[in-house]
Amino acid sequence: MELLVASAIGILTAAGLYMVMRLRTFPVILGIALLTYAVNVFLFAAGRLTKGAPPILRDVATYADPLPQALVLTAIVISFGMTAVVVMIALGAFLGTDDDHIDDETGPVAKGEDAR
Amino acid sequence: MTHWLILPVMLPAFVAPFIILAARFHMGIQRAFSVAGVFAMIAVSLYLVIETADGTVMLYQMGDWAAPFGIVLVGDRLSTMMVLLMSVLALFVLLYSIGSRWDERGRHFHVLFQFQLMGIAGAFLTGDLFNLFVFFEILLIASYGLMIHAGGNARLRAGVQYVLFNLLGSTLFLFALGAIYAETGTLNMADLARRVTLIGADETVGIRVAAVLLLLVFAIKAAIVPLHFWLPSSYAEAPAPVAALFAIMTKVGAYAIIRVYTMVFPTDLEVTSGLHGDWLLPVALLSLAVGAVGVLAAKKLDRLVTFAVISSMGMVMVAVAIFTQESIASALYYMVHSTLAAGALFLVVDLVRHSRGHLDLVVDAPVAGAALVAGLFMVAGIAMTGLPPLSGFIGKLMVLNAAYDGGQMAWVWTVVLASSLIGIVGFARAGSILFWKAQSEGAPEPDPDRPAAPSALSFVAVGCLIALLLAHTVFAGQMYSYTSATAAQLFAPQDYISTVLDTPGKLSPATDAEVTPGLAPELDPSADGALDQGATPEGDT
Repeated sequence: MELLVASAIGILTAAGLYMVMRLRTFPVILGIALLTYAVNVFLFAAGRLTKGAPPILRDVATYADPLPQALVLTAIVISFGMTAVVVMIALGAFLGTDDDHIDDETGPVAKGEDAR
Repeated sequence: MTHWLILPVMLPAFVAPFIILAARFHMGIQRAFSVAGVFAMIAVSLYLVIETADGTVMLYQMGDWAAPFGIVLVGDRLSTMMVLLMSVLALFVLLYSIGSRWDERGRHFHVLFQFQLMGIAGAFLTGDLFNLFVFFEILLIASYGLMIHAGGNARLRAGVQYVLFNLLGSTLFLFALGAIYAETGTLNMADLARRVTLIGADETVGIRVAAVLLLLVFAIKAAIVPLHFWLPSSYAEAPAPVAALFAIMTKVGAYAIIRVYTMVFPTDLEVTSGLHGDWLLPVALLSLAVGAVGVLAAKKLDRLVTFAVISSMGMVMVAVAIFTQESIASALYYMVHSTLAAGALFLVVDLVRHSRGHLDLVVDAPVAGAALVAGLFMVAGIAMTGLPPLSGFIGKLMVLNAAYDGGQMAWVWTVVLASSLIGIVGFARAGSILFWKAQSEGAPEPDPDRPAAPSALSFVAVGCLIALLLAHTVFAGQMYSYTSATAAQLFAPQDYISTVLDTPGKLSPATDAEVTPGLAPELDPSADGALDQGATPEGDT
């Protein structure tokens, strides 16, 4: 299970970073969503991986750490809200300028490339 | 337990919903409540500063839960000082935004402003790293709204960059927090300080990665080169009062670095010993230099000021990176100065924009009433670049003095002095183009979209900020002795740690042991199992 979780985090992060480096709003937002998934799984793994164990300590030997689960919930809520905000702002910027590049210095040049 | 400590967070949290629910169509009522809220905030934070001035550490346990289990707010000299600085800056920024009618150009300015204050105050006061993340997000989401206040395409584009960069920063912060939790099993700063010292010498890989990740996150917030790219366009495009308020946001990053790296990862801790001197100092010197060159190269006045902000953050970080008690004291002195100076400069830039219609650094027709604006610009510029007689000069002198004994003296002195010179040349060039060389070749084109001229209130607000800078200069001795006391408290964190961890509350280790005697050994942070299992006390609750 460790290998599966670790490679899932790695692949999600790599894909997310690749998308972020595309520097156009839609791929970047998708990339950030992927990175968020990666970090959520990472936070889970921070509490150590346990299978089928209760998140409450009774008189059992193994239990799942409940704190990372609470952290992940918070992180999910926050990233959901943030993604909604950035989609709205990016949509506003795109509709206003008809250009979805994030790098503002190359704006006009990039526009020319699009027309090609 | 007194409840005063949570008021700087709760007050705006009540004022903002009240404004949006009860007064959303009445600008007058919104303004009244917003200003009254900030005044109350100043009163509360002044009380907190007085209360903690003798070295007391105030503690607020949320829901009365004891420290490593519950979230705590902690007020010591540093955090209360920063809250007071924030509320004073907020007052004048708010008055300016009312005087210049910026708050009428979009919706919900006052609501977002209050939420922004809530987030910043919380970030200064919290004693828990995850809670710090949450307050960062609160201040960021409010700042996203403020940043694109009044709309416009250029502003929206800059807003997209700003939001995306900060989203990446938040993701990185979460990775750092996960790594820290995996290594130590706690996110409470005081508890971390105890546990990090218990990690064995051959098991430090994880915690070192976590410490570097955390430093990276705070460096993004503090806009240290090479992580500063988000700052120039977003601060330049943001509405002027918002940019002035953002002057405190970069300081949140600096505050977090000072807090975490004095308490959790101190210099004498072997795990992270090279982090300040080997890494932080070079990049801080680099930001100082890049900021100064940016000031000289800027083609627009607002960009010039944003690079001045980067340069002054570099100055703060240089002082922080030297990491002696004396240098932290001067860093704190300079931080107060740089916040006020940057706030004043952004507002002056807006006054220039009002009178000229644009901010390009080209020779243009002279403007009516230029003398007053030019005077304000000159004073604020003198303060920002660190020319005598204002507090920037004294602050830089303190930093140079603190660097005098260290091994990096040559580097620090060379870069600080050279970049100050470049910065002065940049400001002098801008000022002479704007106000001196102005010639009346051709009548200025009347701009139909230009908003109403700023009222007297705006000038009063800028004047008050500059008066504060003067006071910061005149009372430099008193301020320095206060920041020295603050630094002394930072370098002796035992008081802070024992106040946080040993104050009884619900589920504090003593009472917990009575309820479940079998678990008591695991709650002891020194027990071997606690560190490498990650079976944490939090888990036990």
